[in-house]
Amino acid sequence: MRKVFTNGILRENPVLRLVLGTCPTLAVTTMAVNGLGMGIAATVVLVCSNAVISLLRNIIPDRVRIPAFITIIAGFVTIVQLLVKAYAPAIDEALGIYLPLIVVNCIILARAEMFASKNPVLPSILDGLGMGIGFTAALLLMGSIRELLGAGTLFGMEVTAQFLDPMVVFILPPGGFFVFGMLIALVNRLTADKSKIKQEFSCMGCEGCPSSGSCSARAQVQTGGEEK
Amino acid sequence: MKLLAILLSAILVDNFVLSKFLGICPFLGVSKRLNTAVGMSAAVLFVMAIATAVTWPIQKCILDPFGLGYLQTIVFILVIAGLVQLVETALKKFVPPLYQALGIYLPLITTNCAVLGVTILNIDNAAADATFGFAEAMVNSIGAGLGFMLALVIFAGIREKLETCDIPQFLKGLPITLVAASIVSLSFLGFQGLVEGIFG
Repeated sequence: MRKVFTNGILRENPVLRLVLGTCPTLAVTTMAVNGLGMGIAATVVLVCSNAVISLLRNIIPDRVRIPAFITIIAGFVTIVQLLVKAYAPAIDEALGIYLPLIVVNCIILARAEMFASKNPVLPSILDGLGMGIGFTAALLLMGSIRELLGAGTLFGMEVTAQFLDPMVVFILPPGGFFVFGMLIALVNRLTADKSKIKQEFSCMGCEGCPSSGSCSARAQVQTGGEEK
Repeated sequence: MKLLAILLSAILVDNFVLSKFLGICPFLGVSKRLNTAVGMSAAVLFVMAIATAVTWPIQKCILDPFGLGYLQTIVFILVIAGLVQLVETALKKFVPPLYQALGIYLPLITTNCAVLGVTILNIDNAAADATFGFAEAMVNSIGAGLGFMLALVIFAGIREKLETCDIPQFLKGLPITLVAASIVSLSFLGFQGLVEGIFG
């Protein structure tokens, strides 16, 4: 049970090890507080959808499970969207379009497909919580690095702005790609001897992709170049 | 004139991949070869245009008049998922050559955040600017799709070169790809202010 929970935080960190959910990771991490807000919002959706999908796992017919999952997830995203709008309008403003886009965050659909649809409720909730915390931690780390280097502040408080000119490029889009690349390189370096490094980004991360089973593109995209 | 400004800014200034971070997964996933990059982005362009053509009237004629705006996320994602399925079936039956070219990428597009993103952004734009109508929304979607294609094609070219380079072990694969993406994104920053410069 404990392993289920800690799995998502370190060993299978969704962002840094499985490389899922890259869009929000790059887009909202211009400030630490935004990363935290996004992480918490996604965690709430992840835990709730995992719980409900796990409860319904024997009722949902296999053939229509993906649309069913998407509907459940979209329902919770709408709830979170309304709550954030009501109680944290500043976060809503900062996250903007990326808040409704939690619906298409691969992490949530991947956990629904890979874990919640096969396991009882309690482990599913723990799995969602662990993955959510892993996601939040990665976003917080990215946000802190970018805010510190790009604006010289951390959670809005001045840190290095006094004696170091902020490098604005880090809060611009290129900085996002760069910091993310360096973080993954660091994780690869630290875990180099423990095998199983994610070397290549297979199409959307097939192993986590819910449609990989039925996906005809899987084999063809990978071999597409060689066929000619 | 306004339409041209929207088109240019969607392609270059507010590039979906490089400055809005939408559709990063396919951007990193299928940009290894030029032909797959073109196929994928053509499919995205196609679905973006159709999705906007369908979701815009739904928002304006059904959700807004009945005060159902909060259902936007659920309705849009289901409409897009159904639409992708429908387009795939229709193409298979009526336009086999196009299906041969785009078919394999279509199932991947449902969970592509760029498609849902463009439909929601269009509605947001309309809320902020009353003159932003259906024509503007369509042009914006097509521009976003073209921008996606441009980013993927440029990046596929870079990655083909990258493969023959000698890179330190821990940077191989994804990290060096992201650093390359960072540099491409940096070059797109140069377009900042372009639209205001031409049309302003």
